[in-house]
Amino acid sequence: MDTNSNSYTFIFSTIMVIVVAASLAFVATQLQPKQAENVKQENWQNILKSIDVQVSRAEAEEAYNKHIVEELVIRGGEVVDDVKAFDVVIADEVKKPVNERNNPLYIGEKDGNTFYIIPLRGGGLWGPIWGYIALEKDVATVYGANFDHKSETPGLGAEINQASFYGQFKDKQILKENGDFTSVSVVKGSASGPHQVDGISGGTITSEGVSDMLKNCLAGYVDYLKARSSKHQESLPVEEIEADELLEDEEEDTENTSSADKEDELEMVEA
Amino acid sequence: MSTETVEKKKSGEGEPLFSKKNRRLLSDPLNDNNPITVQVLGICSALAITVQLKPAVVMALSVVFVMGAGNVIISLLRNLIPSRVRIIVMLTVVASLVILVDQVLKAYMFDVSKQLSVFIGLIITNCIIMGRFEAFAMGNGTWKSFLDGIGNAAGYGVILILVSIFREFFGAGSLWGHKLIPDDWYMQNGGFYHDNGMMLLPPMALISVALIIWVQRAYNRKLIEEN
Repeated sequence: MDTNSNSYTFIFSTIMVIVVAASLAFVATQLQPKQAENVKQENWQNILKSIDVQVSRAEAEEAYNKHIVEELVIRGGEVVDDVKAFDVVIADEVKKPVNERNNPLYIGEKDGNTFYIIPLRGGGLWGPIWGYIALEKDVATVYGANFDHKSETPGLGAEINQASFYGQFKDKQILKENGDFTSVSVVKGSASGPHQVDGISGGTITSEGVSDMLKNCLAGYVDYLKARSSKHQESLPVEEIEADELLEDEEEDTENTSSADKEDELEMVEA
Repeated sequence: MSTETVEKKKSGEGEPLFSKKNRRLLSDPLNDNNPITVQVLGICSALAITVQLKPAVVMALSVVFVMGAGNVIISLLRNLIPSRVRIIVMLTVVASLVILVDQVLKAYMFDVSKQLSVFIGLIITNCIIMGRFEAFAMGNGTWKSFLDGIGNAAGYGVILILVSIFREFFGAGSLWGHKLIPDDWYMQNGGFYHDNGMMLLPPMALISVALIIWVQRAYNRKLIEEN
């Protein structure tokens, strides 16, 4: 057989392409459900990590159901229920104008405290970066954050998924003292004040990507969260408001009180 | 395909599976004919993934698989491949194997696959693989090609691991992610030691490879050219 004739070359190439395409497509569809499951578990894991609950991938579902009490989607400052939070493709949403986005919001509870967990998505140097940030009840204070990336440079930009980087975000403020939104930015050199964290040397573009991502994604939530947390305060039962006012200066105590009250309520219900 | 099996039998009858010649196929690339330090191939990926030991090891294992399997496939097809499109065929074989590895890792070893992220894709661009397909598998039997593939991938892996040990230890004070240098040695804790940040940057990979070449040539006089 003449393996150098044109027709042979064509036939060989065609068969090769069909065989390769078919086998890869088969493998990909066979493994797809398993891969999707892994991704979902990892999302749960990351959501929990932002409120400092560390679980293995296998335990993620159980812990998620325990700690995440509500999943919402916010559009233009209102809660909408035509989409589910987990079905929202954040990569598509962040490209829309702020008012048209479907913004998923997870409400987490740990040790009686409520946290607002917000998914993030943006761009690094080589590809997408994403993460979750958890805000405390006052909306301004960051309780925790974590980031991940598809293809940032190892040892440089890729360090955003290390605790040494995302750990810096704890206790930073996304609101100015007067309540205006300002986000937390990643800066070169030494960071100072409650709105800055240290960048990664050699990973400048990834660091900037994290800044932009935070600013862009959080913008869609701030108004709703502020409204929600002030409404929440008002709708508390009378005794609790009194308690709140008494202890206004010591926020922590207030939180402990309300959580203690909640536990009491639960006990009563159970009894 | 029928000619293939006949040939395989013939070569099998001729010499034992691990004859001296076949063993050399495995051992040569580890030292005398190392793809990185002697042929200076595959440098690009050696620079990218030697910051830490763990990705380097997984990368080495993935390359062993892709090269072993790829060499066998190319060797089986070697009389059927039209020579004018042979490079494209080789590329297709490498790319499909790499996608296969990637998909399987994503499904069953999700954490490892996350660690490797882009590196798996980088295997496609590894010039050692294309080089062995073209130089060896296109002209040799299946078993020999398999040994050659494993040998070269191992030679590549050994250097990768050496460089990454060097870089992770001096750059981050750890190995396989475990801290080895005591915390109170560090300057910020009042000690005398500081990690060498330069080790984490790509140029140090080149310098480390060069140091390994130097040491290797000092011990292995065969490698030194006449003039």
